[in-house]
Amino acid sequence: MSDASAAPARAIVAAHADLAAGLVGAVARIAGDAAAARLVPLSNHSLGGAELAEAMRATVASSGAVVVFTDLPAGSCTVAARRVAREVPGLAVVCGANLPMLLAFALGTGSVHAQVQLATEKGRAGVLVAEEGARGD
Amino acid sequence: MAIEVYRIDDRLIHGQVVVGWGQPLALAFVVLVDDEVAASDWEKDLYRMGVPPEMQVHFESVASALEHLAAYQTMPGAGLLLTGDTAAMRALVERGAAIPKVNLGGIHHRAGRVPRLRYVFLSPDEETDLRAIAARGVLVTAQDVPAAAPVALDAVLTGHGE
Repeated sequence: MSDASAAPARAIVAAHADLAAGLVGAVARIAGDAAAARLVPLSNHSLGGAELAEAMRATVASSGAVVVFTDLPAGSCTVAARRVAREVPGLAVVCGANLPMLLAFALGTGSVHAQVQLATEKGRAGVLVAEEGARGD
Repeated sequence: MAIEVYRIDDRLIHGQVVVGWGQPLALAFVVLVDDEVAASDWEKDLYRMGVPPEMQVHFESVASALEHLAAYQTMPGAGLLLTGDTAAMRALVERGAAIPKVNLGGIHHRAGRVPRLRYVFLSPDEETDLRAIAARGVLVTAQDVPAAAPVALDAVLTGHGE
């Protein structure tokens, strides 16, 4: 848990290819640079399992991130994040990152726990079928 | 045979395995052969997480994989056997495992390795392992995802695969 008066909590967004940078860039466009600055993108590009865990370990240490958002539950970013979370007490790992989730975190206040809960709720709520199309069936 | 892919991938179970190969092949099971993972409940839990419930994951050491491979090869459904490095796959092949082909799926950058493909970096020892596997009559190709064209080992080792 963090003090709401302390510096805003930061998070790593870890994903395949250019997805993390794209998501953080989208947060900057929508919510501004200050909000996006709470998110640190990390790509798994060209990194083996051990090297990705080491890159995540270093990024957690340098950024002070308290949360890691990853893309795929079974992906290498999630595996690496869980390895680092085992070593860093209190580090949260949330899978299935999407734009509503990251916006909620980047604009959130309050305890880290509350921000993670809100981000997760917003991420889930952001997935819906807006039109039940059947073209091509 | 039920095992359709024998893959070397230093990320072990990850997106390309579960989704990239898993969906088009309708993989029913993955056999992860890694001595360290097989000895740790925490590691097993780590790699089991996120795998869809319809896909079974079996954990084996190199030694136990040799005992159980024939049974996996006759299991119903499509399977993928996975090692994290060339040495484990070479050990399986040289100790008698009936492995017809090996898929070089991902060996990433590390000190001492030379880039061969975008997703394959090899040290001299790893190149020796791959040549030893091929010398046993095993077809060795590099292919990260099913939609990519397989690259023959000779092309990989000479850096002419891309």
